[in-house]
Amino acid sequence: MDTIVAAAVEWVFVCTTSDIPQNGGGCVKVGDEQIAVFNFSRRGEWYATQNLCPHKQQMVLSRGMIGSTGDTCEPKVACPFHKKTFSLLSGECLTGDDYELKTYPVKVEGDQVYIGIE
Amino acid sequence: MSPQDFQTVVVVGNGMVGYKFCEKLLAKTKAFRVVVFGEEPRHAYDRVHLSEYFNGKSADDLSMSHLGWYREHNIDLHLGDPIMEINRTEKTIHSQKGVSLAYDYLVLATGSSAFVPDIPGVEKDGVFVYRTIEDLDLIQHYAKAARVGAVLGGGLLGLEAAKALIDLGMEETHVIEFAPRLMPRQIDSAGSAMLQSKLESLGLHVHLNKSTSSIAGGDTIKGLAFADDTSLEVDILVISAGIRPRDELAKLAGLETGTRGGIVVNEQMQTSDASIFAIGECALYDGMIYGLVAPGYEMAEVVAAQLCAGQRAFTGYDMSTKLKLIGVDVASFGDPFVTEPDSRSIVFEDSHKGIYKRINISNDGKYLLGGVLIGDADAYNLLLQTVNNNIVLPPNPEDLILGARGGEASAGAGVASLPDEALICSCEAVSKGDICSAVTDLSVMNVEGMKKCNKAGTGCGGCVPLVKDLINETLKANGTYIKNVVCEHFDYARQELFDLVKMHNIRTYDDTLDQLGKGDGCETCKPVVASILASLWNDVIVKQHTIQDSNDRYLANIQKGGSYSVVPRIPGGEITPDKLIVIGQVAKKYGLYTKITGGQRIDLFGAHLNDLPDIWEELIDAGFESGHAYGKALRTVKSCVGSTWCRFGLHDSVSFAIEVEERYRGIRAPHKIKGGVSGCVRECAEAQSKDFGIIATEKGWNLFVGGNGGSKPQHAQLLATDIDKETCVKYLDRYLMFYIKTADSLTRTATWLNKMEGGISYLKNVIINDSLGINAQLEAEMAALVNSYHCEWKEVVDNPELRKQFSHFVNAPKEKDPNVQFDTMREQVKAKEW
Ligand code: SRM
Ligand SMILES: Cc1cc2nc3c(=O)[nH]c(=O)nc-3n(C[C@H](O)[C@H](O)[C@H](O)COP(=O)(O)OP(=O)(O)OC[C@H]3O[C@@H](n4cnc5c(N)ncnc54)[C@H](O)[C@@H]3O)c2cc1C
Ligand code: SF4
Ligand code: FES
Repeated sequence: MDTIVAAAVEWVFVCTTSDIPQNGGGCVKVGDEQIAVFNFSRRGEWYATQNLCPHKQQMVLSRGMIGSTGDTCEPKVACPFHKKTFSLLSGECLTGDDYELKTYPVKVEGDQVYIGIE
Repeated sequence: MSPQDFQTVVVVGNGMVGYKFCEKLLAKTKAFRVVVFGEEPRHAYDRVHLSEYFNGKSADDLSMSHLGWYREHNIDLHLGDPIMEINRTEKTIHSQKGVSLAYDYLVLATGSSAFVPDIPGVEKDGVFVYRTIEDLDLIQHYAKAARVGAVLGGGLLGLEAAKALIDLGMEETHVIEFAPRLMPRQIDSAGSAMLQSKLESLGLHVHLNKSTSSIAGGDTIKGLAFADDTSLEVDILVISAGIRPRDELAKLAGLETGTRGGIVVNEQMQTSDASIFAIGECALYDGMIYGLVAPGYEMAEVVAAQLCAGQRAFTGYDMSTKLKLIGVDVASFGDPFVTEPDSRSIVFEDSHKGIYKRINISNDGKYLLGGVLIGDADAYNLLLQTVNNNIVLPPNPEDLILGARGGEASAGAGVASLPDEALICSCEAVSKGDICSAVTDLSVMNVEGMKKCNKAGTGCGGCVPLVKDLINETLKANGTYIKNVVCEHFDYARQELFDLVKMHNIRTYDDTLDQLGKGDGCETCKPVVASILASLWNDVIVKQHTIQDSNDRYLANIQKGGSYSVVPRIPGGEITPDKLIVIGQVAKKYGLYTKITGGQRIDLFGAHLNDLPDIWEELIDAGFESGHAYGKALRTVKSCVGSTWCRFGLHDSVSFAIEVEERYRGIRAPHKIKGGVSGCVRECAEAQSKDFGIIATEKGWNLFVGGNGGSKPQHAQLLATDIDKETCVKYLDRYLMFYIKTADSLTRTATWLNKMEGGISYLKNVIINDSLGINAQLEAEMAALVNSYHCEWKEVVDNPELRKQFSHFVNAPKEKDPNVQFDTMREQVKAKEW
């Protein structure tokens, strides 16, 4: 996957590909930060967002179901608590609320998964 | 036009018909100043559905429109202020509170009051009538301390009042009728006999040919004495002996009234004074009072049209009715009583099921004249239309009452044969043509839309099934195929998807999406497919954990704050002291909050994701298994203690509850399933509020289905009576599997049954009479599920790969989520507020 990344990014190794279930997510710890990493294997794509759901401040997005919506097949994740959904590309809330997730670039080399931290 | 130029219409009475008159007039013109006086303290409400006040509807829910409506339409509304006097020479009216006003037109819509016969003792406390919300408040309050209730009058309203008394918790309810049959104005003796035996089997005591001579007691009622020297002890009496038109105001003003009451009107609804009209239950037309709402609305229309210089006349009205009385369908249409030599009758009677149907046919066999339906009135709408539209009968008219069962084709053909003018909703005067054109020209797709569009079905609601048929038939005829698709990724309804997955023998979500769907799936279709796969193949669900709903994914319910709950199965609510101790020990060790649930078991809250497998390992070692509290699956089968201890118990309800819970444990369904088994009719297990309920009888067990708690509680309906255990389990197998295969996702059995065409009678026919010929298959499919049962938590505990899925950080599996935090309360933990 081609991601255009600002130069200042530092690539941090977080886990191996088999740690994250196919078409699902897992949570990784980077310092004190929790990041949700998604292995969208159906599309051969990887995404990462903050693990915190902005709705009720719950650390759960990695446990949400992923999927796509609309004509453009926008990839998304649904929070397990109240099923608010967020774009995995932009982090924008797709269910009409004013929330936005922080997203991170992901790089996979061999079976190593890296996340770009600013 | 300046305000002085407006003519004034004063409406006396803000009941159903008075309100409808305002609505109809204002829809036609704004050229009048409208002033309304109502005696009751609240604005017009739906008296027809008055009894629903006892079932949780508020006065607000019942009101015909909100107060703002009157304001928006500039109606000057005076509530709690009855008109006391009409001065016809000056054309003025005077109210109790002292308002005097000149009118150009006066509309009397004063309705009627309950007729109270002159029996000694009617003034005692505990004697009520059933007409207004205030009456119901009084009854409800008084009933709290009453044990035996009686209703004087076995007509339509009397039986409705009796139902209310039963619902208010009377241990015994009696109906006293002077005539030799129930509902003497609507049904014949044979129909009455059938209705009586049905009502008695439901616990109502019916006394016919009884004339009440006095009401016993001091200040409060103690009992009833009858002319035949018998008596009955009662604590509360509701009098429902007929209605009396409220003509006192008209009489005082010198308007012509009937000898037995009622304000005499002509075809234009004019009284003997041309500028005064009378409509609704106070009007006497051609010697008759019309005690139903639909003719009242027609009268309102006649007057509204005339004030706008229109031409419309009232020429009598069809008094056909269909009701559900204490759960029994009763309908009467056309002329229910004609006999030979004026007509021929066809009668069908099934005393076992409590069904009686009679149709009267013209001597030449061509036309339907009327009839009576008891116990099964599904055919009512069509029969009524056949009478009203003079539709020529088919060669075998008996098919009308015998052949109608469940056949969609026959119903459809029936609707199609109606002429466009056929009046479908008589309350709102909506014809078949109006409905069909709303579908074709205005794209109305469903009953809700139709209600908004032309009000069809908003009155008594009796025509709703016919409206629905007509919408669907018209949509079909227009080539629109309506269905309830799962989501944007699957163009199928759940039932279709279920069949396809089975037919193609698909085992995974990805294959399902590839073969039957499009896109990448989502949080709607993933759990639906997961549930279908589980219902079909019963594989270990956590092997496809990313398609499971959040709770299924971790075999535990996620709680506020991100911790999980642990609910071991405690079948039938029975548990040994040793097992109780283990639960206590585990809870202590892992710092869990414990609570007895509403489902008769124990919930342990506040577990870290990482701890779940260890907790379950300990529980499983002690002999517990998963309780599936997280799944759309069987939850609990609640039991009462039953005959092993209880002095009233007829059979061993605990053993049966355990047997049933263990049979269906782990089985996944469109929604969760709950059961209950009670040892006698006292019903301590609340079985009738469950998806299936079993209640011991002297002879065996009664099986109820389709009950629900939740936000719209509803009692289960009786499927079979006095059956033995084996039959009960067999019916349950069929019922549950039929539900699993055909319900939409996230639809409880109650809603599924409510939506089923033909309702409980249809379901009975499928489950008991095998009308679809699928019972052998349903049983085999259920057997496959029962035999492939496994404890999901045991699979996880024993499998290191699956255990790994239960860590919070994939790159630090031992570490718990530091964000999960607790407060304490009453010596236990509780989730931190969010
Ligand atoms: C724990 C418990 C409350 C308690 O402390 O007693 C409970 C807790 C929850 N109920 Fe319940 N219900 C509990 C008994 C009931 C009952 C009473 C009963 O079963 O006799 C009812 C009404 C009966 C019924 O279902 O018909 C009930 C009707 C609901 C409903 C409404 C269902 C409906 O048809 O409208 C929901 C919402 C839903 O399922 O969509 C619900 C949903 C929930 C959820 C799952 C909400 C959620 O998604 O988090 C709660 C999960 C707590 C947890 O993590 O375990 N719960 N819930 C009870 C667990 C019983 C058990 O042992 O399994
Ligand atoms: C329990 C129950 C169930 C029923 N079920 C059905 C059914 O299933 N189907 C059906 O078609 N019909 C049913 N009916 C009958 C239906 O409710 C009536 O036909 C309908 O309400 C008649 O409307 P109305 O406006 O003529 O009279 P009402 O609704 O009685 O309204 C008359 C109003 O005028 C007021 N009033 C009287 N005198 C004065 C005055 N001098 N000044 C000011 N206000 C005055 C009264 O207080 C009352 O509020 C039922 C009735 C009851 C009680
Ligand atoms: S009633 Fe509501 S708050 Fe209480 S347990 Fe059930 S779902 Fe939760
Ligand atoms: S906490 Fe995520 S949707 Fe509410």
